[in-house]
Amino acid sequence: MSLLRIDGLTHTFGGLRAVDGFSVALEENQVVGLIGPNGAGKSTVFNLVCGLYQPAGGSIELQGQSLVGRRPHEITALGIGRTFQNIRLWDELSVLDNVRVAHFSQIRYGIRDALLGTARLHADERELNGLARELLARFHLESYAQELAKNLSYGIRRRVEMARALVTRPKLLLLDEPAAGMNPADITVLLDLIAWVRDTFAVTIWIIEHQMRVIMGVCEHIQALDFGRVLAEGRPEEIRNNPDVIRAYLGEEAV
Amino acid sequence: MPALIGVLFLATVVPSGLGLYNPYIQLVLIYIGVNIVLTVSLNLVNGYMGEFSVGHAAFMGVGAYVSSVTTVALVIGNPRLGGPLLPEASSLVVFPLSLLLGGVAAAVFGLLVAIPSFRVRGDYLAIITLAVNFIFKSLVENLDVIGGPRGFLGMTRVTSAMGRAVDVPWTMIWAFVATVGTVYVVHSLVNSTFGKAIVAIREDEIAAELMTVDTRRVKVVAFLLSCGLAGVAGGLFAHVLGFINPAGFGILKSTEVLVMVYLGGMGSITGSVLSAAGLTVLLEAMRPLHVFRWVLIPLLLILLMRFRPTGLMGSRELTDVFPALRRWFGRPPEDEHFEHTGGRVS
Repeated sequence: MSLLRIDGLTHTFGGLRAVDGFSVALEENQVVGLIGPNGAGKSTVFNLVCGLYQPAGGSIELQGQSLVGRRPHEITALGIGRTFQNIRLWDELSVLDNVRVAHFSQIRYGIRDALLGTARLHADERELNGLARELLARFHLESYAQELAKNLSYGIRRRVEMARALVTRPKLLLLDEPAAGMNPADITVLLDLIAWVRDTFAVTIWIIEHQMRVIMGVCEHIQALDFGRVLAEGRPEEIRNNPDVIRAYLGEEAV
Repeated sequence: MPALIGVLFLATVVPSGLGLYNPYIQLVLIYIGVNIVLTVSLNLVNGYMGEFSVGHAAFMGVGAYVSSVTTVALVIGNPRLGGPLLPEASSLVVFPLSLLLGGVAAAVFGLLVAIPSFRVRGDYLAIITLAVNFIFKSLVENLDVIGGPRGFLGMTRVTSAMGRAVDVPWTMIWAFVATVGTVYVVHSLVNSTFGKAIVAIREDEIAAELMTVDTRRVKVVAFLLSCGLAGVAGGLFAHVLGFINPAGFGILKSTEVLVMVYLGGMGSITGSVLSAAGLTVLLEAMRPLHVFRWVLIPLLLILLMRFRPTGLMGSRELTDVFPALRRWFGRPPEDEHFEHTGGRVS
């Protein structure tokens, strides 16, 4: 059984069909790419999977469990983590707290404990704190634990966001343009990080990216999207030479 | 923390009991407590959660009326409400329970606001709470059974009944308990992971939802707690003053609390405590100016926004500014999760 199976997914913004009959099946431990020109519907697909939008049609199943109609926090807790195109950390919280809050679905104490400061609260919080610090250590972020997220450099922010997305022990990790705004040296680090995350956390990774170096470097399978439809799919070298893909990106004359 | 509470107890409740403070000073001290409860609770919604509630006085009013009607009907009796149903000495138990009941009633009233408001983000809550403030005032004005626009009284007889049963400064004691309790509860909440999620919602609600935070539930819980505490403050206020009327819980009172929150700093408990205490004293000192107080206070707010938009403390706590104070606020060192993370390096 596939980890994630999407069938005939459709979404419209007003009259515009942003996603039109999109289908995919992601297997465990794969790294899969989603490419396409601006406005092709890539981020919309991610937002549909996360539950931010409700699809107009089609099905989304994670290990046979339907995700359609569930609220985003439930979907994340079921095993889908993500990062954002324009890094969305909580700027006024420390790095440690950014990671701690993502443990929300794992909180076992009740509101009463939180208000009265019971022994149970302290025990649970100590545990969450330990988990958060452990994760930061694995990402070599311990030294930033007390720093507010807004004070971090761009590369570190990307790294914190990736760490935060892994708190929920996702089976599937969605990376929305992880290399946006990065220089070639940063990208080399990122490629290693992606491969390391996949192996260490045993996750399937689904990447939206414009930087061909990232896509070609880590993906085993790529789908090219245009006008909400799958234009082509296959291994990286097949996509690279596909005339439809070249036409979508560069125009008719380029073919 | 226990040391600090002890010192405050020695400075407020004990001298009041020994008759060292005249009634006016006691009154001001209790007002300070009431305003601390109001300010800290509103800060939870406006500061930590980043929503904008402007009708805090309405929730205070619900608590004030529910608590007053309860005590008066049960232990004093009143021609319209009937009673008394219980002997005078029961006021010792009835009074604190009525404060709780007032808090619960205010939270339930808050739920009516929360359900429609938190489906949408933005200025929605401000508009709804503003409307609710006016609705509450009109509603009470038209409820003749609790005095309508003339107001409601009889609460001083409740407090004097308590004094006759056991001669200690009861209102001072309960104001002290409510104030310390509010600060403790809100402090405990905002330092927990659940409380950090409240700040995460302020910073980026969609990211919070996508990081497993049940944003709707967190927002409702924070708002109801805030309303409930305002209700408790209202009950205290009513019994100290001995008279309440709908006009006292209008938009002017709400504004007063808002000023206290913004003066102290959004997302700072110590800031709220300091500004509530300071402004209460200032407002009392300016009593001879009558209505001109309400020229000076907004002016203060304007100057504040111009020169220090984050309030006195910003989102820092006193212990961040003066780490030596940690001794007083005493945080056990093994409590690692309480290591402070709100401090800004500047």
